[in-house]
Amino acid sequence: MEHLAILPILIPMLGGVLMLLPPISGDLARQRSLSLAALGALMLVSLWLVLHANGGTIQLYVLGDWTPPFGIVLVADRLSTLMLLLSSALGFACMLYACAGDDRQGAYFHPLFMFQLMGINGAFLTGDIFNLFVFFEVLLIASYALLIHGGGKQKTRASVHYVVLNLVGSSIFLFALGILYGTLGTLNIADMAQKVAHLDAAEQAIASAGALMLLVVFGLKSAILPLQFWLPRTYASASAPVAALFAILTKVGIYSILRVFTVIFGDEAGGLAHIATPWLWPLAILTLTAATIGVLAASSLRELIAQLVVLSVGTLLVGLAMNRIESTGALLYYLVHSTLVCAGLFLLADMIGRQRGKAEDRFVAARRMCQPLGIGIAFFIGALTIVGLPPFSGFVGKALLLKAADIGTEAAWVYPSILIGGLAALIAMSRAGTTLFWHTSREPDSCERVSRLQLVAVFLLLGMSPLLVIFGGPVSDFTLDTATQLHEMSRSVDALLPGGGS
Amino acid sequence: MNLIWVPLLPLLGTLVPLLTERGGRTLCAWATALLPALSLMIILSHAPSVLSGATLKSALPWIPALDLELAFRLDGLGLLFSLLILGIGLLVILYARYYLSPKDSMGRFYCYLILFMTAMLGIVLSNNLIQLWVFWELTSISSFLLISFWSDKREARRGARMALTVTGAGGMALLAGILLIGNVVGSYSLDQVLASTIQIRESGYYPAILVLMLLGAFTKSAQFPFHFWLPHAMAAPTPVSAYLHSATMVKAGIFLLARFYPVLSGTDMWFLIVSLTGLTTLLLGAYFALFKHDLKGLLAYSTISHLGLITLLLGMDTKLAAVAAVFHIINHATFKASLFMAAGIIDHESGSRDMRKLNGLWKYMPYTATLAMVAASSMAGVPLLNGFLSKEMFFSETLHQSTLGSLSWIVPVLATCGGVFSVAYSLRFIHDVFFNGEPIDLPRTPHEPPRYMKLPVEILVALCLLVGILPGYVIGDLLNSASSAVLQGLVPSYSLAIWHGLNLPLAMSTVALIGGLLIYYNRRVLFQFQAQFPEKDAKEVFESLMQSIIAGCRWLNERLENGSLQRYLMLMLLLTIALTAAPMMSLNQTTGSRPQLPADGVTITGAALLILGALATVIWHRKRMIALLTLSIVGLIVSVTFARFSAPDLALTQLSVEVVTIILLMLALFFLPQRTPKESSPHQMMRDLALSAAVGGVVGTLCYALMTRPFHSISEFFLANSKTGGGGTNVVNVILVDFRGFDTLGEITVLGIAALGIFKLINRMRLFMPAGDERGRPWSDDRYPMILAVVSQLLLPLALLVSVYIFLRGHNMPGGGFIAGLITSVAIIQQYVAHGVDFIKDRLKLNYQWLIGSGLLIAMMTGLGSWVAGRPFLTSWFDHFHLPLIGDFELASAMLFDLGVYLTVIGATLLILANLGKLTTAERPVLTKEEL
Repeated sequence: MEHLAILPILIPMLGGVLMLLPPISGDLARQRSLSLAALGALMLVSLWLVLHANGGTIQLYVLGDWTPPFGIVLVADRLSTLMLLLSSALGFACMLYACAGDDRQGAYFHPLFMFQLMGINGAFLTGDIFNLFVFFEVLLIASYALLIHGGGKQKTRASVHYVVLNLVGSSIFLFALGILYGTLGTLNIADMAQKVAHLDAAEQAIASAGALMLLVVFGLKSAILPLQFWLPRTYASASAPVAALFAILTKVGIYSILRVFTVIFGDEAGGLAHIATPWLWPLAILTLTAATIGVLAASSLRELIAQLVVLSVGTLLVGLAMNRIESTGALLYYLVHSTLVCAGLFLLADMIGRQRGKAEDRFVAARRMCQPLGIGIAFFIGALTIVGLPPFSGFVGKALLLKAADIGTEAAWVYPSILIGGLAALIAMSRAGTTLFWHTSREPDSCERVSRLQLVAVFLLLGMSPLLVIFGGPVSDFTLDTATQLHEMSRSVDALLPGGGS
Repeated sequence: MNLIWVPLLPLLGTLVPLLTERGGRTLCAWATALLPALSLMIILSHAPSVLSGATLKSALPWIPALDLELAFRLDGLGLLFSLLILGIGLLVILYARYYLSPKDSMGRFYCYLILFMTAMLGIVLSNNLIQLWVFWELTSISSFLLISFWSDKREARRGARMALTVTGAGGMALLAGILLIGNVVGSYSLDQVLASTIQIRESGYYPAILVLMLLGAFTKSAQFPFHFWLPHAMAAPTPVSAYLHSATMVKAGIFLLARFYPVLSGTDMWFLIVSLTGLTTLLLGAYFALFKHDLKGLLAYSTISHLGLITLLLGMDTKLAAVAAVFHIINHATFKASLFMAAGIIDHESGSRDMRKLNGLWKYMPYTATLAMVAASSMAGVPLLNGFLSKEMFFSETLHQSTLGSLSWIVPVLATCGGVFSVAYSLRFIHDVFFNGEPIDLPRTPHEPPRYMKLPVEILVALCLLVGILPGYVIGDLLNSASSAVLQGLVPSYSLAIWHGLNLPLAMSTVALIGGLLIYYNRRVLFQFQAQFPEKDAKEVFESLMQSIIAGCRWLNERLENGSLQRYLMLMLLLTIALTAAPMMSLNQTTGSRPQLPADGVTITGAALLILGALATVIWHRKRMIALLTLSIVGLIVSVTFARFSAPDLALTQLSVEVVTIILLMLALFFLPQRTPKESSPHQMMRDLALSAAVGGVVGTLCYALMTRPFHSISEFFLANSKTGGGGTNVVNVILVDFRGFDTLGEITVLGIAALGIFKLINRMRLFMPAGDERGRPWSDDRYPMILAVVSQLLLPLALLVSVYIFLRGHNMPGGGFIAGLITSVAIIQQYVAHGVDFIKDRLKLNYQWLIGSGLLIAMMTGLGSWVAGRPFLTSWFDHFHLPLIGDFELASAMLFDLGVYLTVIGATLLILANLGKLTTAERPVLTKEEL
């Protein structure tokens, strides 16, 4: 049982490695079963970890038995385990969808998918900032490869942008790490938190340059304005299960901002406390504004959903900028909800595109879909959820966030930007839905039926939405507890350093 | 029964029609009606206690973090609205059974309708503001579904979208208002909010709260200037118009005004905004109703007008006005619903709703005509009908208010004008449709509808008469109880009599009746006058507004997101500069206190070479091969620098990485043009130069500031524990495979994935293969020069031996699996270069993919091995052994880990190389089963 905390990294890694070797490597059916089995196991482990973390204990996994801060440590607290559960559930649904045939369209889909999850899970679990860099690399390199899955000019073009931007991002990440290691002399996040309060003024200045460089890197991952421009094309061109899985990549960025800027540069950081906040406010509002424009401008469903991803990032940023326990709790709820629903919508867009012939998912009249009922219900649920209308989870997340805002100046910025963003989403989604489903030019002549597996995958993701509302009490309590634990972490870093720090 | 069942039963009921649809239309209708009927019974069972002044409550916890609980309360106002919703709802279900044609999906229709009913009940019974908002939005959504029920019609889709957009926007405002109230009061419970009148009115946020709440109410209740969506919502089937767009949903806004009347009213701001909006809407609706040729259009504008009337009443500063408002809510619901149903019957039986064609229907459907005429008279305010009573009260209240100060006289005058038009359009409804000559080209010959289609109309018309004749008996208690809920206190005394003597209100009524007659008589003049104004279809205006907003957004978005990688990179770097510049400016002294090393000749030469190499790369970056060579100078100097500062491991690694990457890049360049086309304008060149100089300056300054300062880190620990804890004297290697072995595991995974990714990318690529070099010279015939082949073959065993040596000594001396792997790769790459892919393929039976897999597996298994000893992943183990002949030697788990590294590195580099190489051979690779 004591090794459970590392399993979310090892399970997908082992899965991926085994898929490169006989007897699994040459057999798609075996790869599929192994993928699904690994993801199922991953979900169980994550669930166990969440339940365990919910008791309030923070489980440390000391790699190589080297007492932190000298070795690398994994931290399974409420936040990281919540993210693990999210990523494994998401991965499972995307994999189900891919198993219906998308995985045939290029080499190595299954092992890459596994490595992608390994990177994501590692980034969530690690308590060491250099190790975070390593896992960022794992998840990025896997995402480069997955992005081109299926091939084609558009994907190659989008991935050139994605790769180049992220390579520059990785260099900045390294600069930042060098600077922080140079000033703090340690890489363990808890140890850094302990050291940061004792810097003199000059060191503080240098360290904050490093910290803000980290904000750029994480901002690039999470698609904050002005670093979000790569996202719409990248996501819109990726193949459906990949785009759906990528819904969590932006959240890795948000997670990292949350971790670094509440634990290291949080309440106890002295002169460097909350250094990101003054930057986060304008960036959040600008991201929301740009996404609102983007949402209205979208001319195909995939593009629209990609813009909605940016909109959800803006909403999350507002939560980050408010920087208090309630807002963090709200943003975590919103994060879970938006990841699942955006992923579901990407899968759905793919189904819709396939059934509308040449018009694909563009907002023009086309032939009638041959399975409008199932797809239509899914679209309806997904649309209401992402727009933030009851009775689905979007409204709970948004209302929690809005409620967390201080009335006064804060509310004057937050309310309009989030609500107008929601209205834009409502307008865009209602236009999209009426056009895609109802504005038909002719009856279908042939029908590429959506497989049952694909529908199950979509409903698995979108079905979470009503569950998040029905069990909104326990879920929001959990995210609030998570936020409390996270915000208190900067005060109780000793607990994360059994060796007492360096 | 618990109150919670009242909305819950219909919610369950949404499934009933879907399940019973196959059992026939009648069964479906009856089954659908069952659960709402039960709800109605529950409400009726509670009615006596509510009428006697009690307020029933029930609550279940839901989302505490949001202060959201499932809380219901039933007071007079709730009772009144629930009765309307359920009562009229049941009648509409019956009516729709006959209205819908067999090709419409009845199950779907009823499902939406019942969903709407649930939502509406939720609004009027909510005891929690957030919950109220939830149901509020649900009404917008179900209304969208119902308006667009005939979704193949363009106007239905547009009308539905418009209604959703307007009411959705109002919903957002309402949410903001509710959240503000919650913040001010500290609770979202309606009980508590209603008890916090002073707190809200005196808070600084009162104006914001009021405006936001009113936006919500006015958009929903189609008040000016948001009234335009309602007429287009008439694209819905008529039962929907009767139910949602006259009797209930549009009253939700009015309900909201009434519900929050105790806390929000009583200020000048309320009176001014609410009464003026109501008055404007009243007049506007009444005027335009007269000119609509469509029956439902007339009724829609009339609805707008009556909603304005109720709003105006709520905006007047007398308590009796609120009572009159409540009374008119009831009366309007009854007569307007029956009128819509009658219009539906006419449409259904004659095939048209155009009053220019529908004439003289009295002959064909006298019974329906009678019913419609009674209802229309009630709408006009004819005595002995309920419409008359509330209109009389309205007139009387306009005389008693002083909302506009000395200009208050204007209200009764305009109210009478509204009355005049109301009489006129009611007359038009009666006279144009049932008399006025013969029908003109109707698609069908009109006749009376089926028996039960008339029943709902009969019931409603009977109510109009009953209330109109015996108001006190029929409605007195309910009105009293609802009014006291609105006022949250005692209801002023009033009399519900038909005859109040000869007074001013009666005179106003008379003026309205006579004026209406006159206007209708002279309607041609008025129609001609109105014809001068070009009629704009609100739907088109709205749609073109939306289109232009979307076009604007597209334009803006294309400017912002123009697909230029240069732009995106520039923005990223600018942001980096902006974020780092601020702290750097606060750093007063760049140079720290650390003593600096003397600059010797070697260092200076190295630095100069580095700079020159970098500059040369930039200058010749368009000549790719040259740039690659100059770039390798940079790499070389970096390796030398590592060696100079006592990091031989890093130097070795860097050197071998350089070699491998340069070879791979040269291979890749084979397929690409030798020169990069000139793409940047001089402008962009300048911009890029400035930007890179700035970034370089910032990073350089940072590095300088950092390196001139004393440095304390955890590295002392590594130095101290490398031998004792990690079993090796080469600290770098021990860090790589032990202290931070987990990082290495991640990095070799990255390497492996990179190889897979590159394979995936080029696997199915069809690349252009240049027949010659950039100057057009053909490639040499001698593809594999003899000397190269011989030398490389000779070198191979040597290189392998070196790599084994480097591998083995790694833990204590410079070396290790990574470097050894690279050396092996270089040796094999050399064979590829010297002999070609096919030659190697025949001799070297290595599956590189398996190599990567097994390398990673070995590294991972080494880590897992420590579990056996009950230690965490990757805990190292080492011991010293003695063997005869060989002597003392050390075995460490780290070596096994290093073996994994070694294999992965070879596998990854060679997989990339072999695939690039394969592209040059004649045979094109195909996707085999193995590669999936």
